[in-house]
This record gives sequence, C-alpha cells and structure tokens, in this order.
Amino acid sequence: MSAFNAIGEEREIDRDEFTPGIEPQPTWCPGCGDFGVLKALKQALPEVGRTPEETLLVTGIGCSGKLNSYLDSYGFHTIHGRSLPVARAAKLANPGLEVIAAGGDGDGYGIGGNHFMHTARENHDMTYIVFNNEIFGLTKGQTSPTSPKGHKSKTQPSGSAKDPIRPLSLSLTSGASYIARTAAVNPNQAKGILKEAMEHDGFAHVDFLTQCPTWNKDAKQYVPYIDVQESDDYDFDVHDRGEAQDMMYETENVLKEGTVLTGRFYVDEDRPSYQQEKQAIGEMPEEPLAERYFDDDYEWERSYDLLDRHR
Amino acid sequence: MADNELIWRIAGGSGDGIDSTSQNFAKALMRSGLNVFTHRHYPSRIRGGHTYVEIRASDEVVDSRGDGYNFLLALGDSFARNPKENAYYGNEEIKPLSENLDDLREGGIIIYDSGLLDASEIPDFEERAEENDWHVFGIDLRSMAREHGREVMRNTAGVGVTAALLEMDLDEIENLMENAMPEKILEPNLTILHDAYDMINEEYEFEHDLRIPTGEHDEDQVLISGSNGVAYGALDEGCRFIAGYPMTPWTDVFTIMSQHLPKFGGISEQVEDEIAAAALALGASHAGVKAMSGSSGGGFALMSEPLGLAEMSETPIVLVEAMRAGPSTGLPTKPEQGDLEHILYTSQGDSCRVVFAPGTPQEAYEQTRTAFQMAYDYQIPAIVVIDQKLSGENQNVPASAFDREPNPSLGPTLTEAELEDAPHDPSGKFKRFSHDDPEDDGVRPRSLPGQKGGRFLVTGNEHNESGHIEEDPDNRITQMDLRMKKLESIREHLDSDPESSNQTYFGPDEAEYGIVTWGSSQGAVREAVERLNDQGHSVKAIGVSDLMPFAEKEVTEFLESVDEALVVEMNATAQFRGLTQRELGQFGEKLTSLLKYDGNPFEPAEIVEGFEIQIAGGTDAPSANTRLEPAVSD
Ligand SMILES: Cc1ncc(C[n+]2csc(CCOP(=O)(O)OP(=O)(O)O)c2C)c(N)n1
Ligand code: SF4
Repeated sequence: MSAFNAIGEEREIDRDEFTPGIEPQPTWCPGCGDFGVLKALKQALPEVGRTPEETLLVTGIGCSGKLNSYLDSYGFHTIHGRSLPVARAAKLANPGLEVIAAGGDGDGYGIGGNHFMHTARENHDMTYIVFNNEIFGLTKGQTSPTSPKGHKSKTQPSGSAKDPIRPLSLSLTSGASYIARTAAVNPNQAKGILKEAMEHDGFAHVDFLTQCPTWNKDAKQYVPYIDVQESDDYDFDVHDRGEAQDMMYETENVLKEGTVLTGRFYVDEDRPSYQQEKQAIGEMPEEPLAERYFDDDYEWERSYDLLDRHR
Repeated sequence: MADNELIWRIAGGSGDGIDSTSQNFAKALMRSGLNVFTHRHYPSRIRGGHTYVEIRASDEVVDSRGDGYNFLLALGDSFARNPKENAYYGNEEIKPLSENLDDLREGGIIIYDSGLLDASEIPDFEERAEENDWHVFGIDLRSMAREHGREVMRNTAGVGVTAALLEMDLDEIENLMENAMPEKILEPNLTILHDAYDMINEEYEFEHDLRIPTGEHDEDQVLISGSNGVAYGALDEGCRFIAGYPMTPWTDVFTIMSQHLPKFGGISEQVEDEIAAAALALGASHAGVKAMSGSSGGGFALMSEPLGLAEMSETPIVLVEAMRAGPSTGLPTKPEQGDLEHILYTSQGDSCRVVFAPGTPQEAYEQTRTAFQMAYDYQIPAIVVIDQKLSGENQNVPASAFDREPNPSLGPTLTEAELEDAPHDPSGKFKRFSHDDPEDDGVRPRSLPGQKGGRFLVTGNEHNESGHIEEDPDNRITQMDLRMKKLESIREHLDSDPESSNQTYFGPDEAEYGIVTWGSSQGAVREAVERLNDQGHSVKAIGVSDLMPFAEKEVTEFLESVDEALVVEMNATAQFRGLTQRELGQFGEKLTSLLKYDGNPFEPAEIVEGFEIQIAGGTDAPSANTRLEPAVSD
C-alpha cells in the first residue's frame, strides 16, 4: 500500500540511523541517567531491524519525556502520564509500527499508574520504558512514587511517610509478559534488554534506573548493580511466575539498602498479546486499520442495514 | 398542539418491559403512517423507581414530547416479581396510576391493572376522573398474562387493550413482535395480545373522543434516536476506532458503536477512564485512522487535557459530549444544557476546537459527519454536543435523508512521493508544522507514522516547524496564529454553502419577535412558534448548532431582524445567551432568557407562556418549572 511503504521494508539499518545529525542537543543536566537510556535505545533499535519511519516513540512529560526529541523516529511527546493510552491505540490502528512508550517514574507510576496497570493487564504488544530516578526531575526535585520512605524534599519536608511503589511486582501482578530492570550505568545490559523487550510479542516493561545528579544525590547509592542472569547467586526461572515474584520482592527490598539487582525478571512467551486476543474474538481486523484509508479497492461498509432495523 | 394526536404514556417500574414495549408500539404507529416522537423518563436506579415512556403520534410533524398526554397505560411494578407480596401499595413507592395523573389531559383514557390495584382506594381519584372527563378502564392485565404466559407479559396485554380502544389493527404490532421476540415467548405473547384485544371488543362498551389519525405508510421512514444519528453518522463518515468509558447518557452512542464497529472492520475499546479514552482516540488518529471518543459532563472533564493536546498537536479527533444535569454527577438520567461553557472552554490556553450542537436525530447524523470533516480537514478536535433528551428520544426520519456516501478522506495528508518534495529540516525531519501555509487556511498537511520521509515530532509544548519544543516568540506567534486561523477558515467554509447551513429556522421570514435556542430544545421551540403565530403573534425562531466557530453571520442577521428575542435553554445561568452576546458584542438589550433546569425538557406550552409573559411586559412569573432572566437593560 502506497501510504506506508516504509513498513516491513527489509533492509540493513545503519548504526546511526536513529541519531539526529544536528540539533537539538539534549538539555539534560550533565551526568543525567537519561543519556544512558537514549544511548542504549539508539544502539538497540538498529538491531531490532525497524527503520526510523516504522518506529513511533511516545513519551510523557518530565525530563524523560524529551527522549524522542533526541532520537530520529516518529515521535509523539504527549502529556504527563498519558503516553501509554496514546501509544497502545497507535499500535492498534497500525500494528506495522514499532511502538515504544517512555516516561518518568512520576509519569508512569504516579499520574499514569492506572494506565500502566491496564496496559500491562491487556498485554498490548509494545515496549514501555520507565526512567526510574526516584524523583520528580523536571519540576525540581519533589518526592516521587519510587522515592524511598523517609525521603525528604521541599514538598515532603519531614520525609515521606509512604513506602515506595514496587514497579516490578506491580507489573507482574498486572499482567505484563516481559519485565526487566536495567540501569543507565550498565549500557551493555541495557541495550540487550531493550532489544529483547522490543522483540517481545506483548507488553514489555523495562524499569530503567537512571540517576538524577541534580535533585537526587542519593542516586549514587545505586552501586553495585548485580545482573541476576550473570550471577550464580541468583538462580531462578524467568518463566516461572512464582520464582519471578520472589526475586522481584527481593530486589525491591534490597534497593533500599543499596544493592541493586538488574536483568530479566519475568518472560512469558506464551501469553497472547492483546492484538491476538482481540483478533481471536473477531474484534480486530487482520490488516492494519490505517491502511484502509489508502486502499482504493476497499469496500466501505455503510449504515444501510443498521437503518433497516429501524423501519 | 397537533389537533389530532395521540400521546400514549406507558408507566410503571423499571423492569416492567416499558422500553421494549414502547419501542414496538412506536414503530407500529409509525408503520400505520404517523409521525412519531418518543420521550423517555427514568430515575437513576437499576430496579424499581417510577419510569415512563411517552409516544406522541400525529399526522403532523412532531419533534417534541408535546404538552401533557392523553392516554395512560399504567402497569404495576414489583408485585409481578414478588408474588408473595399481596399489597401493591404501602411498601412500594411506585404508583403507576396516581403519579401520572397530573399531566393527563381532559378527556384522556386510563388503563390500569385491576389485578394489582384498586383505583377506588386512591384518594381523590374518582373525583378527578369525573372532573377531567377521563375514561377509566380497570382491567385485570395480570390474570390475562398469567393465564397464557407469565405475569411480566402484562405489558403485552396492555398493548392489546390499547389497540382495541383505539380501533387499531393488530397486524403491525404482531409483525414487530415476531421480529423482536424469541420463539419461546412469542407464542404466549401473541395469545395474550389477542385475548386482550378481543376481550375489550366483546365485553366493554366504550366511548371516548380520542381518535388517532391514519396515514399512508411511508416505507422510507425509520425511527431513530439522537444516539443512533451520531453513531451512524460516524460510521458512514469512515470512523473506525472508538474508545470510551461508560457514563449515562453517552453510553448509548458508545454501545451502538461497539456493537457495529467490529462488523465494519473497526475497533472499539472500553478503557480504564476517560483520560485514557480521549488519549486512545488521539493515538489512533495520529496513526491514521478516523477516531472518536466521548462522554458526559464528568467524564468529559477528565478529557480536558487530551483535548488540549489535540488542539496543540493538531491531531484530528471527534468527541461526543452527551450532557446530563450537573454540577458533578447531578441528575444522572435527566437532561440539561448546562455544560456549554465547559465544552467550549475547558482545557488550558485559548480554545481551538469546533463545537456543533445538533437539535434532532437527523441533524445528529449530519453534524457528526460534518464534525469529522472539519476535524480531519482542519486537523482540529471537533465536539458533537447532545444531551440526555436527544440521545434517548426517538423520532421518525426518512432514511433517504441520509447521504450514506462513505468518506475515507483523512484530510490533508501527504503521500510518500509528495513527502520527497516537502520541506525537511537539516536532520531530515519533515516540517509538518511548516510556517508556510500552502492554502492560507492555517492547515499544514501531515504525514503518518510509517511513511517514508515523513518523520516529525509532535508535542503538546509549543514547537517549531519539525515539531521540536521551541519557545522563540516569533515562532510562537506564527504557530499560534496558524492554529487559530483554522477557526476562521472553518467559519468561512461553513458559511460558504448556505444550503447546508447547520442552523435551523422556524416561522415566517419576517416577524416582530424572535426565539433563539440551541441543541435539543429546538423541537419544542418549533412547535411553540407555530402555536404563537396561530394565536396572532408574529414570531420566528432560530435553532443554533454552530457554537464554535459561532454562527455569527446568521445569528446577527436573525437578531437584527427582530425587535426582541427570547433565548430558550435548559440551564440556570443563561450560558448560550452569554455566548451570543459575547460573540456578537451586541444585542444585550434585546435578549431575555427562558430557562429550565428541573431535569425535564421544555414543553411547547412553557415556551408559549414564557414568550407571552415577556411580550406582555415581563412582570408575571412564568410557570413553576421555568424562569425568566430579563435582558441586561431591564
Ligand atoms: C497534569 C500535570 N500535572 C503536573 C505536571 C507537572 N509535571 C511535569 S513533569 C512532572 C514530574 C516529572 O517527574 P518524572 O515523571 O519522574 O520524570 P523526570 O522529570 O524525573 O524524568 C510534573 C509533576 C504536568 N505537566 N501535568
Ligand atoms: S533534573 Fe535530573 S532527571 Fe532532569 S535532566 Fe537533570 S539530572 Fe536528569
């Protein structure tokens, strides 16, 4: 179909294809973890085999939301917390697209928490990257849903009385079929995980630990990072819900104490994606909806029969 | 008031089968050649509670519920579901007979179920019946239903009695029952229908003045609601994606779309909340599908931010706002036109959207199509405003009035070949928000994700030509002006063809006085204007649908041509009058409001009365249910 020639095009993707040749330069602070995500993504994307034209990166609002300004692909910088609903509809409308959503921990686990839960539950075929810096960056350092209990900020002067959210466990309970955690300081692992996430058929959630040197000095405590797949101490089956759950519980506890476990925590290749489920019940067309509008031979249904029932 | 009209009210409790019975009966009346209008009244309860449906049928045009009614079929309520309960009164609030008497006209007919209640026990009933010359038929519908089927089939017995009293043929009713009922319950229902019919003819002497007119059946007529109009308009216009969250009365449109979209090759999504719903519509539209969402007041409030994002990102979407009485959850099942300002101005920044308020099911169809055209041709959100009244009312319209030519156009979208020649920035991004405006209408053609050479960024922040965030003042002014320019272009577009104007006029071309209204109050106004002119007044009316961009030229011309005008709307703060004065910058001294916000739509008589009081000097109080708001200079 003429409108979307780019989709499904088989060609060698250049290593730098997703790197814009010129401005804008990222406006992130020096040392910000967001650079790490951008870098990992730029490296992973060409290996996934999708062209920039086939890729739609939908972001929320926050320092993290600017990600798509620095990546050459189609991009929709939406509003705070709403990247997921925009992204999943774009994927439903045109499944040929590689759809990635990204945003901060405030964006994704706070204001957009409801969408996170439901997108995972529905297992939409897309990738979701959460820049988890345990702080609100763009609004200048307020406590976020992942900030540790007791975290002091201008809006929580006595320290937060709340336990942080457990994004991995929440994701698992909600139904995500690929769950991983990586960190900006581990570029190789990050790249590998992002690639896997994008290749996964279903909702792939990557909790991406990023440091915010400007507002969250405690970010330093993120070292050492241990890769659960590389270390013999953490032997578990990523396909087993129960074992994954235990590992998540462990890492989400130890995070507070200073050791961080990263890697794949849960992978379910058997669960059909939402698109497949919808197709199975006859509520999702076989070919991309978006192509209809360019298909001169397509027979548009009209309301004739519907009106007849009212005679 | 049509001289020769039947307004049949079937009343009882929710669960008495009032909806299905009335739908069938209304269709039967339409098929006997009459014009039909139905009005539904129900409380915000799932079970129980007093509900009724009125069917108005006449050989003249009917597009409002009319004033009062002249035929009551009073069914019982929970008794049927609880056979152990012997007394109907005392432990149930629903009094299908006594609660409905206030609006019953003189000479009217009453059928009540003597198997359930004894009318003589109702205080004053007999006196009132005599005073008003009501013809009362206590008929044991319950036994009739029990004998051949189940007690819930009392509604069918009631229809049989109605048909006999009105000397109607049973053919159409049978026909419709055959289409609507599963085999198992069809037989007993048909038996009950006939028994009731024969019993009345054989055993009762009846004499009454109510005669319903007969007409020629016009095969072309269909009985549809405003929600049907919106949904079918969207489908014919090529909408193939809907996302929503249930909320009365928007749920009607959402349900109809969800039932049909899969058959039309489209997608319907019931999602977690209204913010998501509107955001999904945006995502689908961005990817190149005609998409819609919608809600009622509270849910629409949640859509405020995605709505603004659609304005800023110039993503076409259509939203439906089906109003109900507010503030907050208000009266969930009752109509009001109180969300106007909310719809026009909600979301941050200057409003840049299109708003249409159709007045009838047919207009709902047409204007939903126009809304999609404006949205996609101008890359702007378009809102279709209906309300609980319009969404639930059924009216007959000729099916041939619908232009069902499909429209798959996504508006100005470039092909990949065209994108090759389109302007790009040095990093290869397509200048989708180019400062150059090829048609001088504010619209810059877009590309769709997936297209080669069309990469751009879109953001809710102010942005430059390729979509990057940009705060430069000159760029800001250019982009802002181009976006706002679209509204001007849309106005010109809509004005360019007076033939297809969305405004509706009633009454003589030249008249001393005017009535101005908007949206669903239009039907009652039309009828009031007819009556006022019959009574010797000189009045005309305009029903306004184009709220943003406002139908400036048409409303100005109308108001200049009259001495004074009454603005009729269902809210307490005269929102539409405010809009008119603000948009036109004049006429403050000419406009008086007639307001109603008790949860019920206007009856034509109330408008007639409001008008007369105003013309007579504006001193008397209007009826208890409406309120006059004087002109500013008063
Ligand atoms: C509805 C709404 N509420 C609040 C804001 C203000 N706001 C912008 S970014 C942000 C928080 C950002 O934190 P996070 O999502 O963790 O991202 P980060 O900046 O740390 O990358 C907030 C509260 C907004 N833009 N919209
Ligand atoms: S404020 Fe923090 S998150 Fe934002 S750019 Fe600076 S370092 Fe990064």
